[in-house]
Amino acid sequence: MTKRAGMEIAFAAAEAVALCKPDVVAAYPITPNTHIPEHLSDIVADGRIDADFICVESEHSALSACCGASAAGARTFTATSSQGLLFMAEVMPIVSAMRLPVVMAIGNRALSGPINIWNDHSDIMSQRDTGWISVFASNGQEVVDMVIQAFKIAEHRDVLLPFNVNLDGFQLTHVVEPMLFPDQEEVDKFLPEYKPYATVHPDRVVSMGTLGMPEIFTEAMKAKDMALINSKKAILEVWREWEEQFGRRYGPIEAYRTEEANVLLLTVGSMGETAEVAVDELRKRKMPAGLLKLKLWRPFPSEELRKAVKGAKVLAVMDRAVSCGGSAGPVCAEVKSALYGEPDRPAIVNYIIGLGGRDVIAEDFIQIVEKAAKAEKEKPKEAYEIYGVRGS
Amino acid sequence: MSIVENFDLYAPRLADKEEYFSAGHRACQGCGEALAIRLMCKALGKNTVIINATGCMEVISSLYPTTAWRLPWIHVAFPNSASVGSGVEAGLKVLRRKGKISDRDVKAVSIGGDGGTVDIGIQALSGAMERGHDLLYVCFDNEAYMNTGMQRSGATPFGASTSTDPVGSVSFGKKAWKKNVAEIMVAHNVPYVATACHSYPIDFMNKVKKARKIKGPSYIHCLSVCPTGWRMDSSLTIKVGRLALETGIFPLYEVENGKYRITVDMPELLRPVEDYLKLQGRFRHLRPDKIEEIQARVNLEHKKLMNKVEQLQSWNDLG
Repeated sequence: MTKRAGMEIAFAAAEAVALCKPDVVAAYPITPNTHIPEHLSDIVADGRIDADFICVESEHSALSACCGASAAGARTFTATSSQGLLFMAEVMPIVSAMRLPVVMAIGNRALSGPINIWNDHSDIMSQRDTGWISVFASNGQEVVDMVIQAFKIAEHRDVLLPFNVNLDGFQLTHVVEPMLFPDQEEVDKFLPEYKPYATVHPDRVVSMGTLGMPEIFTEAMKAKDMALINSKKAILEVWREWEEQFGRRYGPIEAYRTEEANVLLLTVGSMGETAEVAVDELRKRKMPAGLLKLKLWRPFPSEELRKAVKGAKVLAVMDRAVSCGGSAGPVCAEVKSALYGEPDRPAIVNYIIGLGGRDVIAEDFIQIVEKAAKAEKEKPKEAYEIYGVRGS
Repeated sequence: MSIVENFDLYAPRLADKEEYFSAGHRACQGCGEALAIRLMCKALGKNTVIINATGCMEVISSLYPTTAWRLPWIHVAFPNSASVGSGVEAGLKVLRRKGKISDRDVKAVSIGGDGGTVDIGIQALSGAMERGHDLLYVCFDNEAYMNTGMQRSGATPFGASTSTDPVGSVSFGKKAWKKNVAEIMVAHNVPYVATACHSYPIDFMNKVKKARKIKGPSYIHCLSVCPTGWRMDSSLTIKVGRLALETGIFPLYEVENGKYRITVDMPELLRPVEDYLKLQGRFRHLRPDKIEEIQARVNLEHKKLMNKVEQLQSWNDLG
């Protein structure tokens, strides 16, 4: 029976991982991290799951140990944030190249400096091109659901790629919410046992992680890119299965009150919930605004995006990270690139918002929509605006 | 009657005839490291997973689509063979416990060069040993980053000329002494620590077999002569390895639960270090005063080691 319980979302993420019965969890508790590994260590210590919890000496070793465990055929999980993700960076593209379905929760937080620890998306954006499937949750329920879905998608025989579930640091990780937890039987029905394609074991001798010379490297990269692009089919299939079994719908882009909207907001992560409040308020004021919540970040859902923006005059893209010296925030650059070939594309404006834990409230989105609406007639002077800079 | 002349007579009892590290790899002529790997694999046998740090051995053995490895083998990156090994060990252990894989006693063995062990990998190594994984780590120490052209590492000896600590008009080469990782491992309370060299194959294989049996962490530091990087004739690999012992520069010993034991006898009167240094181009520039300095240091280190051999008891006898 599905159970309804209120708890901190980081704990809920750990509970969701436990329902997936991982074999090995390797994590480093700091630089920074959330309660996810701590709570998993409790779950292992209490014998609720039969797993090895490796409390490593760094994030580099956390992902390295996950890589080794996954190569041995174990269902493997880790979690990190911010600088910790950067410390994993060396291993990130190797895990995907080796096609190891490691699942990671990233409690998104700002990269230093100045040292900050609060929420933004600069950590994952620095790792967006490493070949991992990447999704963003906008509330606790989505975290629980996406963690369970992640194992099934990552381990799918047509996918075999690592998977990161992004949940906003503090705004989600440290917040208590009511959530529905499927029971063990339901998860067992949904998630089959992991059957690895190849493992390091003397039963069948293989060499993994060999040297790719220039004659083969391009082909290897093409293969990885195709694997990630093709994973979308399995992602959509698993989301359909999830909806059938649990009744909650998932899609690459979730639309909220977009009917006849002139101005569309596009958000990533937890600010989508706040933006909903703003859209409701704007609709009350007879301003036809709508909202797109981007859930699937990699592989990027270009096709779904093109459909979702049809008819809108202005698309205001929210970024929670700065691509320093770039042409737009990382999400907006992607959005612009996907829409470039569209004859009737909306005017696109880009706001960088909520950096390093700066609060984003509904009123901010209302102001942004009002400002963005002008872009239909007049192109803004700057390619992007870092919103809410004091003293400017 | 030497062992080599009567290989078929003696070898089956001394070493597995099976080759787990195949011929045809791309190591240089006279590579001591490749020889040591071959011996190590023979001593380990088939129930082994090798976790290889980036370095010479990974490059020369695994050019896709070929592989020299007839044991399950994985390479991930440079600094992390100990942490990948931790994961392999944990994964195999849990899966075996849960009955998801065959019930075989498979040993995880992480290997790395001196750069991957002594420098960039020492944090991962320290962590793995502290956590007490059932993991053997073997460092193949050729005393510099040889794969990329002889850049100095923490294992490069004093006075050696390298491409990042070169001899020049105001420099005599490396100014720091070699880092002693075997001692660092002893300080981790690792139950079995040993030094080894391919020039003493039986001693090396015996140590690998002993370490293989330890249920927990173990560490072997294997001096691996590199004719290319040491700038010497490739026919001298075995001889130079032996001279390292005979001069006292690289003594072969093991530390079992804290008890030190010399495993290959050194001559009563050690040969002068110059006999070792003069065969190698990396030391050719050294003036007599520097050679004297090295001699004094080797004498001191030798005394320190012998003092430990004589004084230190096994932890098991202390408690």
